[in-house]
Amino acid sequence: MSELSWAVRMRDVAKSFGAVMANRDVSLNVARGEIHALVGENGAGKSTLMRILSGLYAPDAGFIEVNERDVTGWKTTDAIAAGVGMVHQHFMLVPTLTVAENVVLGQEPTNGWRIDLERAVADVRALSATSGLAVDPNAKVADLSVGEAQRVEILKALYRGAKILILDEPTAVLSPPEVRELWQVLRVLRDNGGTVILITHKLDEVIEVSDTITVMRAGRTVARLATADTTPRDIAKAMVGRDVALALDASPGIKITGENRAMRADTSSALRSALRVDHLTVRGDRGTTVINDLSFTVAPGEILGIAGVEGNGQTELLEAIAGLRALRGGQLMLNDERLDVRDVRGRSDAGLSHIPEDRHRRGLILDYSVSDNLILGRQHKFATPTGLDRQRIDRNADTLIRQFDIRPPIAALPARALSGGNQQKIVIAREMGREFSVLLAAQPTRGVDVGAIEFIHAQLRAARDAGKAILLVSADLPEVLALSDRIAVMYGGRFVSVMDASDCDADVLGPFMTGAAA
Amino acid sequence: MTVRPGMRAFADAVLPPIVALAFAAVVGDLLILSFGEAPATVFKLLVEGTWGNAYGFGQVLYKATTLTCTGLAFALAGRAGLFNVGAESQLAMGGFAAGIVGLLLPVGMPAVIATLLCIVAAMTAGAAVGAVPGALRAKFGASEVIVTIMLNFVVLALLNWLVAAKIHVPETLHTPSIVVGGVPRLSTVIPAFHGSAANFTLFIAIVAAVVSYWYLFRTRGGYELRAVGLQPDAAEFGGVRVPRVMFFTMAFSGALAGLGGMNFVLGYKGYYEEGFAGGAGFLGIAVALVGRNHPLGILLAALLFATLSQGGLAVNAVVPKQLVDILQAVVILAVATAVPEVQKQIRAAAAAVARGVGAKA
Repeated sequence: MSELSWAVRMRDVAKSFGAVMANRDVSLNVARGEIHALVGENGAGKSTLMRILSGLYAPDAGFIEVNERDVTGWKTTDAIAAGVGMVHQHFMLVPTLTVAENVVLGQEPTNGWRIDLERAVADVRALSATSGLAVDPNAKVADLSVGEAQRVEILKALYRGAKILILDEPTAVLSPPEVRELWQVLRVLRDNGGTVILITHKLDEVIEVSDTITVMRAGRTVARLATADTTPRDIAKAMVGRDVALALDASPGIKITGENRAMRADTSSALRSALRVDHLTVRGDRGTTVINDLSFTVAPGEILGIAGVEGNGQTELLEAIAGLRALRGGQLMLNDERLDVRDVRGRSDAGLSHIPEDRHRRGLILDYSVSDNLILGRQHKFATPTGLDRQRIDRNADTLIRQFDIRPPIAALPARALSGGNQQKIVIAREMGREFSVLLAAQPTRGVDVGAIEFIHAQLRAARDAGKAILLVSADLPEVLALSDRIAVMYGGRFVSVMDASDCDADVLGPFMTGAAA
Repeated sequence: MTVRPGMRAFADAVLPPIVALAFAAVVGDLLILSFGEAPATVFKLLVEGTWGNAYGFGQVLYKATTLTCTGLAFALAGRAGLFNVGAESQLAMGGFAAGIVGLLLPVGMPAVIATLLCIVAAMTAGAAVGAVPGALRAKFGASEVIVTIMLNFVVLALLNWLVAAKIHVPETLHTPSIVVGGVPRLSTVIPAFHGSAANFTLFIAIVAAVVSYWYLFRTRGGYELRAVGLQPDAAEFGGVRVPRVMFFTMAFSGALAGLGGMNFVLGYKGYYEEGFAGGAGFLGIAVALVGRNHPLGILLAALLFATLSQGGLAVNAVVPKQLVDILQAVVILAVATAVPEVQKQIRAAAAAVARGVGAKA
């Protein structure tokens, strides 16, 4: 080990927020010039640890060394000066400014009194070339895709001289090709002597890109592994503390569900479709037609998975079915009922459940308690003439919290206080813990840890087996492959292919997703 | 380890205003010192002139009554994410309607029915004024901040014209006295209040606060209203018809401000007088902010601002009464700095205005 030089050493770090110990006895050693994955379930304390490292929080105890210098309790400005840069999960960019202006913001090159924008553009272009982060310096940030915006964030960190780059769940918002590009960039950074710390809970990413892995669980570091000597199963076990079934290596499971499907096919052919979409036409936010004349059905006891790169009309499709977006044409049927003539509440009452893609914007009211969130959309069912029936709301919360293992099991906590995985469990519990016949599930496991993914997948399968019709949209292709009975690929607002899941794999679907086979 | 979210939330809610008040008190001390007076003497005068005798206390209660109504009006809208700057004109219109109905009702009408009709008139008129920005916001997304500000000028000018040109008592700027519908003064029950304007509208305002509290935090309507204010997209997801909630919230908000008009018209003077609102509509914003948009907090904040306002008269002999205006301003600024949701609300209002201006440009 002596020939290794440490970029970061953290020893016995502890940090608590009120009664919650976010970090305790944490040790992290990151060698210079490696890609180090920091993995763990949501709420395991990864982000807290990285915020301590980047100077946002001061630790309660412990020692932190960066480049063999004791920096315990430093400030963000110290961290930036020492070359530690953090790319946050939520971008911090000014949308009305150009890429170059955003990158140099706070450290603008000047000539006399004025900002030297030409030099800024040149600097950014040069940085872009050396790092492989291709992005037009003169483009407005508002016009960029999510993947491009993220590149700008990384450029920003590099512009400030970051040698140790911390990325907080960078792939949560990226499409598979963008993810591959990101890995390329990170490898270039590493090969140029940079150090990368990658916060993630996607095991395939860890295996693909990292050199070393530190696993956190419940605020502690529980394992340090060399990526080359480990398997996804080992990492998952360390993260959760027990064996888990992974969607990724669940091919035997798929075969089993395939048989199930064959059995069900006999019965379901006699049944009507649970959800029927006829000639649906929908306009997007900018007034362009994003879905044109789309028709399909979902049968009871079937999961129809929609694969595709985000932004091809999936969001608008689910919003239109749920009643959150006006139809320009077409008809929606749930069993025998016209859905399109009903409003959001009417559709919900008719038996439509909806797990929205963005739980922070739509799925939860973050300042409401867990129990209040567990009735959102069904508040009229809990109303009495004199007010809401608190007793029934509390009972509903107790039942769902237990049934769906929401932690901590405190109904009065605001949803904001829960980890991402448990927040998603609130949504899942609300939408699946009630009577419904059709479920719209958009990105049901986005930003959710391994243990919760397993749980959510089991819930979806159980609902399917209980005869529910599920329309699943996910940017996570392995998830679509693992869960679906049929898979449709959406591209440019149309289904460019609909296939039986047993005929599909990533290689078959890939060309459709990029439009190459359309 | 026991987690008590309730206690925690209570502390989070109450501490910032208290710190803000302490800060205001310090600033007040310095100001008084700058006049060469002893702070203790002045504050003693202030307290004696307000809470120290029945008349002063009655005046505090009277002023707090109107402020409670306008504070509730602002808070109700604020909980739905709306910034109602129009309480001033809603208050005036409510008072005017109460005065006119009290004037037109037949003399022999039973007092209870007459008063009820006057109250309904005040609330309806206030609701009508509030409904205009509500409808424009719901239908066209027009910034309620701009519309309520403009409507203040329109409504106050309209009332001015009506009173000055049509229905005033000669040589004055007030309407003829109402014939029925008056609200008795507190001094009819507690003689010590003799001479003060405090009247039974006080209890109506307290009832309005309790009802508002119940509505906001215990009913489905309140659940949906607050959801619209916190996360309109999530409310829409939850089946709430967001524009509809915005419209009715603005109307109810106007009704609460209008209710405040009866305090002066029915409870104190017995007629509508030009300019009676006197800024109580705007001060209601401060009351709601200090009361953290919570009906029970607003009751306390209304008492505070009424005390400062009445106390200004009491200390006028020693220091200029504008001192308390400065104190009020310091309280408002300190609260605006200390309370995160106030900043959020002000930013949202600024964004709404920017949007409205941008749409026109």
